[in-house]
Amino acid sequence: MKAGIPDEVEALFGDYPLDRAFDEMREPGGAVRQLYQALTETLAQLPQGELQRRKQSAELSFLMQGITFTVYGREEGTERIFPYDLVPRLVTAAEWDTIERGLTQRITALNLFLRDVYSDAKILNDRVVPREMVYSCKHYRRQMRGLQVPRNVYVAVVGSDLLRLDSGEFVVLEDNLRVPSGVSYMLTNRRVMKRTFPRMFHRYGVRPIEHYPQLLLSTLRSLAPEGRPEPNIVLLTPGVFNSAYFEHTYLARQMGIDLVEGRDLVTHDNIVYMRTTDGLKRVDVIYRRVDDDFSDPLVFRPDSALGCAGLFNAYRAGNVTVTNAFGTGLADDKALYAYVPRMIRYYLNEDPILANVETFLLSEEKDRRHVLANLDKLVVKAVGESGGYGMMIGPHSTAAQREEFARQIEANPRNYIAQPTLEFSRAPCLIGDRLEPRHVDLRPYILYGDKVNIVPGGLTRVALEKDSLVVNSSQGGGSKDTWVLE
Amino acid sequence: MLTRVADSLYWMSRYLERAENTLRQLDVTISLMLDMGGASAESRWKRLVASLGGPVGLEWSGDLDEMARRLVFEQANPASVIHCISGARENARQVREEISSEQWQRLNRLFHQMQSPQAIGQLDSNMSDLLVLVLDGIHLFKGVSDTTMIHGQGWQFIRLGRYLERAYATATLLEVYQPLLSGSFEQDSSGHEYLELVGLLRCCTSFEAFCQVYTADLSRDRILEFLLLNHDFPHAIRYTVDGIRHAIESIQRTGGRRAPEELSAAIGRLHAMLSFTTIGEILAGETGQFLRIIREQCLRIHEMIYRFYIHYSIQSALAM
Repeated sequence: MKAGIPDEVEALFGDYPLDRAFDEMREPGGAVRQLYQALTETLAQLPQGELQRRKQSAELSFLMQGITFTVYGREEGTERIFPYDLVPRLVTAAEWDTIERGLTQRITALNLFLRDVYSDAKILNDRVVPREMVYSCKHYRRQMRGLQVPRNVYVAVVGSDLLRLDSGEFVVLEDNLRVPSGVSYMLTNRRVMKRTFPRMFHRYGVRPIEHYPQLLLSTLRSLAPEGRPEPNIVLLTPGVFNSAYFEHTYLARQMGIDLVEGRDLVTHDNIVYMRTTDGLKRVDVIYRRVDDDFSDPLVFRPDSALGCAGLFNAYRAGNVTVTNAFGTGLADDKALYAYVPRMIRYYLNEDPILANVETFLLSEEKDRRHVLANLDKLVVKAVGESGGYGMMIGPHSTAAQREEFARQIEANPRNYIAQPTLEFSRAPCLIGDRLEPRHVDLRPYILYGDKVNIVPGGLTRVALEKDSLVVNSSQGGGSKDTWVLE
Repeated sequence: MLTRVADSLYWMSRYLERAENTLRQLDVTISLMLDMGGASAESRWKRLVASLGGPVGLEWSGDLDEMARRLVFEQANPASVIHCISGARENARQVREEISSEQWQRLNRLFHQMQSPQAIGQLDSNMSDLLVLVLDGIHLFKGVSDTTMIHGQGWQFIRLGRYLERAYATATLLEVYQPLLSGSFEQDSSGHEYLELVGLLRCCTSFEAFCQVYTADLSRDRILEFLLLNHDFPHAIRYTVDGIRHAIESIQRTGGRRAPEELSAAIGRLHAMLSFTTIGEILAGETGQFLRIIREQCLRIHEMIYRFYIHYSIQSALAM
């Protein structure tokens, strides 16, 4: 027995390494945090092999239910299950309260920013955010200038990525204001978890998240165009080859709305219709899971067949609500991200509740010199990319990669930012029949319609490869259930 | 209902029906080959291919195991069972939000079972186990479809696909068996012909049902009468045509759009043909011609369903 840990628990841990990074389950001295004690005891008391058995049964259930995602650029096994970890991540009521208030503040400010930039541009005239930073962003949509958006809601659905630093504090890494995904995994993880550990779940008093689809539906309904009391709401998907297709079908089914593809839609006289067996039916609200670029070949990319020709004009005419609005990726730009705390102060006159990660703007001479001299210590990211693409993690990079990034930074500094390599928190995961720590983040889902709604929980993404810092599903990440306690 | 969704449900159902039909006919053919005498293996195989509608790439190689493996597992061949099940599952995957989770899970499990290496191994060691496995999967799917799905338009499109596919396949099968059915009527003492006739009935899972109606006295005109004109047996053509008619009427009723007269007329004609003709009249005339008309009408009905419900022009829809 060591540091007050019973032998069974000790066996479960093996040589579980602890270092500077915050460990969700254990204190720096090695003792199990109060919060996790009941959980570790439950796990330790299971008979040999039982954990593995439950894990396999959960995985089989994912495969049979077709809860899979598509990996791009691979011929074989393009449909894979999202790796799933059985050990839940726990969040206390107090921690959640801070997260909830912080995210509410943030989405409010970001919506005000988008409205401002696409109308009067006060924040630019007051020189709080540099003008060229906005106009050079590849997600800025000139077409949105001066356009009235229902209820002034530009971003109705957000999935922000949070990290926990070694101090134990949560910070925002990204806001994801375009088409955030993963919420279906949050919901299905919970369902599997309740079946796998029913008694432990009950004992912990976990707050429910299952009503998310209902909240999403009422958010969408609250954004319907004027004079359409019984709006026809649809979910627009790029189709079966999209990596998040399962999620689209899942949400559509849970909300009881039609899942449409671009080829199901036609516009006539600035009204959007869908083709039904009973003729054309008018569409009022589109929950869009197709990127801006692919949404309307007449306005955006002309070579895309995923969207619907004429959609933007119907939107401009106010005959259909499309959410998230076009051009919201602007506020998602990794360089503009650095200005979010300033936006919060500017619009709300409040201090940010959730901090940002320190960010170096490579368009600034001073920052750039610092970054180029310290490439081996920093994480460099392309501003318009997501999903773990277009980034370099300094300590894990080769000299050749660093040279390549340095060249690209010199050529186009506006396109890159750099952040310190974060020691973000690790949580215990079941690897073989032992628990081992892996890096995790947290993606809560925020809905903004007539009011802000955040279901207590989110998707905890896990970098399942040892020592990896990348949690994206496209790059070998997995997920676990997140329990926010009463 | 979205036209694309109706299209997928219809084809999902047709593909499954096709997989089932192929498996049953393969099973019958293989068991007929067990008995020595009678027709050669090659001619039996040719008859099987012909009654599946003559798909290419299945020319007799002399090795029954290899042929069976190709008909069941050759993904590249559009007539193979695995191709049909993949097609059904792919269609289902595109309408996940329309079908129930139970339906999807049955079909998805069947798909994964077919893809697994054990399945091919099973074909080599015990063919009939594999057939049972797959047919069970298909039957389970149909069962949960009936019990877990709203019996609305989507469900009707599923039925439409199933019955159109079945009517067409049964008419094709009977056409191929014509020589056997129009042969001499004297009792054959060797028992081979008896096996052939039982085989034909088993291709339509109708041997037991037939015996209930007519006893085991297998005469050719009775078999033809049963498979063509019985209105209570789900694999008889008349029953399937009733099913098609009922599905289309329900689709029109739930949609609220006026029934296209052309379509109603085509179904009415086919229905009348099977309801008001006796087996004597059919045998006195051209039986082959009669079966061909059934097949052609099925194709026309399919074409019209697409024209009116799936691929209509925007102009025509806006004008309404």
